[in-house]
Amino acid sequence: MVDKHDLNKGERQEEPFIICKNINKWFGSLHVLKNVSLEVRRGEVIVIIGPSGSGKSTFIRTINALEEIQQGEIIVDGISLSENIDHIDAIRKETGMVFQQFNLFPHMTILDNITLAPIWVRKWPKAKAVEIALELLERVGIHDQAKKYPGQLSGGQQQRVAIARALAMQPKIILFDEPTSALDPEMIKEVLDVMKTLAGSGMTLLVVTHEMNFAREVADRAVFFDGGEIIESGTPAQLFENPQHDRTKLFLSQIL
Amino acid sequence: MFETKPRYRSIIWLKENLFNSWANSILTCLSAIVIFFIVKGILTFMFFTGKWDVISANLKILMVGQYPVVEVWRIWLALCLTVFLLGISWGSRKGFFTMISVAIIAVFAVIAMLPFISMTSKAWLLLGIALSVAGYWLGRTVSFAKKLNLALWLVCIPFMLILLNGFGIFKKVNSNFWGGFLLTILIAVVTIVFSFPLGILLSLGRRSKLVVIRWFSIIYIEVIRGVPLITVLFGAQLLLPLFIGNGIELNNVLRVMIGFTLFNAAYVAETVRGGMQAIPRGQYEAAEALGLNFVQKTTFIIMPQALRNVIPALVGTVIEVFKDTSLVAIVSLMDLLGIAKRIIANPEFLGRQMEVFIFVAGVFLILCLLLSKVSRSLEVSLACGKR
Repeated sequence: MVDKHDLNKGERQEEPFIICKNINKWFGSLHVLKNVSLEVRRGEVIVIIGPSGSGKSTFIRTINALEEIQQGEIIVDGISLSENIDHIDAIRKETGMVFQQFNLFPHMTILDNITLAPIWVRKWPKAKAVEIALELLERVGIHDQAKKYPGQLSGGQQQRVAIARALAMQPKIILFDEPTSALDPEMIKEVLDVMKTLAGSGMTLLVVTHEMNFAREVADRAVFFDGGEIIESGTPAQLFENPQHDRTKLFLSQIL
Repeated sequence: MFETKPRYRSIIWLKENLFNSWANSILTCLSAIVIFFIVKGILTFMFFTGKWDVISANLKILMVGQYPVVEVWRIWLALCLTVFLLGISWGSRKGFFTMISVAIIAVFAVIAMLPFISMTSKAWLLLGIALSVAGYWLGRTVSFAKKLNLALWLVCIPFMLILLNGFGIFKKVNSNFWGGFLLTILIAVVTIVFSFPLGILLSLGRRSKLVVIRWFSIIYIEVIRGVPLITVLFGAQLLLPLFIGNGIELNNVLRVMIGFTLFNAAYVAETVRGGMQAIPRGQYEAAEALGLNFVQKTTFIIMPQALRNVIPALVGTVIEVFKDTSLVAIVSLMDLLGIAKRIIANPEFLGRQMEVFIFVAGVFLILCLLLSKVSRSLEVSLACGKR
């Protein structure tokens, strides 16, 4: 069986979109990320799995500088993440993020939530931002809720708005931090469907999740995180059917 | 199924709530007796024994202090102008301004109906009501009303200062002659308008990562909160001229306003900081992840939510400012309370303390009740679809 990875290697760009080299992070004396290295190519869908407290959310937050690292190097789209504010701002424009708790702005309408950043960060005219916002709302399936407030929407709808809000900035990669963990089971499907469509359209996704079926169907690569380090990675087929390490086997046996 | 008649329903309510046990029944009777005597005392005083001519005779100085009688029309004009501009805000923005304008119209109407108000005053009050409605209509119909409103406010504030003070165009009325309710309102409004932005900046400064700014904010807030308001007022009176230098002569009222503003800003800062702490961390993260810089994040995401969280506390600060203006008597300014004490000392009105103090208390009570009402309606209108 031909590996999807090998087929596409020649087609994709030479330089990986995100390069993380030997990242180390401490919270006080607690070593939460231990020599983590990862490369993400344009168009790849990578799923990160692992037990709670393994550092996967912390890791994903270091990529758009929501968390600082003490050692190591992160390069996103050729820009090195450092203390420099300009670099951080440039990287944040290109990376969108979807949170577990949605984090929509409760005092603004859905439409304002989505158009705020494009107008003020990308400096687009209001008409253009609104047009794109409405298009995106249509795409995620909640076109008629534009004038409502987040408090009036269900969890699944709010998360889809959050995805639209991230997409409105036309980022090159979207980071998902356990997007369905706070949702009722009925609503998980609608959000996953949106994410699958996104993956199918060629968007680069880095997803921290517990949804194994999603990983199997859509991911190019799956990474297993435990105790602050990457234990194992490979295609979903490799990782789920044929795990090499004991910890991976233990984790998978508990959830599959 | 039978329906209890309305008359029986209230009896049933009484029986269930006030007379449901022996202890409660006795308490109800005792409370009723006490309440009866208190209310009887108040009403008897208000309508029978109290001699209210002390108020009607001194209404002018209670309201505007020693402002020359012939120039009082200027104060009326400034008031009508304010009401007109608020009317435009009402028409173009609705929401919060509706409450304010409606309250003003109601108060003006009630005052106009009181027996001891002079005809000229009544005329001015009616003009004020008319201008408020005219402003509303203007705000509704004119399309560029919001920008017009802002421009008008900016132009009118200096104009109103000129009206009050004179500055050569009109006959000069030194601020030493401003007094009474006029002075109370003036000091309170200026303090509130300037201390809120200053307080917000201080609260941001206190959370800043820059060490100098953070320490300056902390020291400022802690020192100001550690001293009584009177100390700050004295300090403003005596020390400000030393700081500003010999060339510039700051008048008394201005010094007091500066002192009040600096004092209040510290309290506003702490209140707003509390509001910011109530915002979930995720809001900051979402704003940063979208690429918003510090100013954008604070203006669009953090401040609106922080201020909404602490509206009750902020309105409490506003009410306190109004009441604290009484302290300017310490620095020899005659606000409403100062004038009241002067009147009592007048041999012509000997023994009238009760009437005068009740009047002053009544004015403050009505003002603060209106502020509370505005605050509650503000909270409701800003709740933004919370389920």
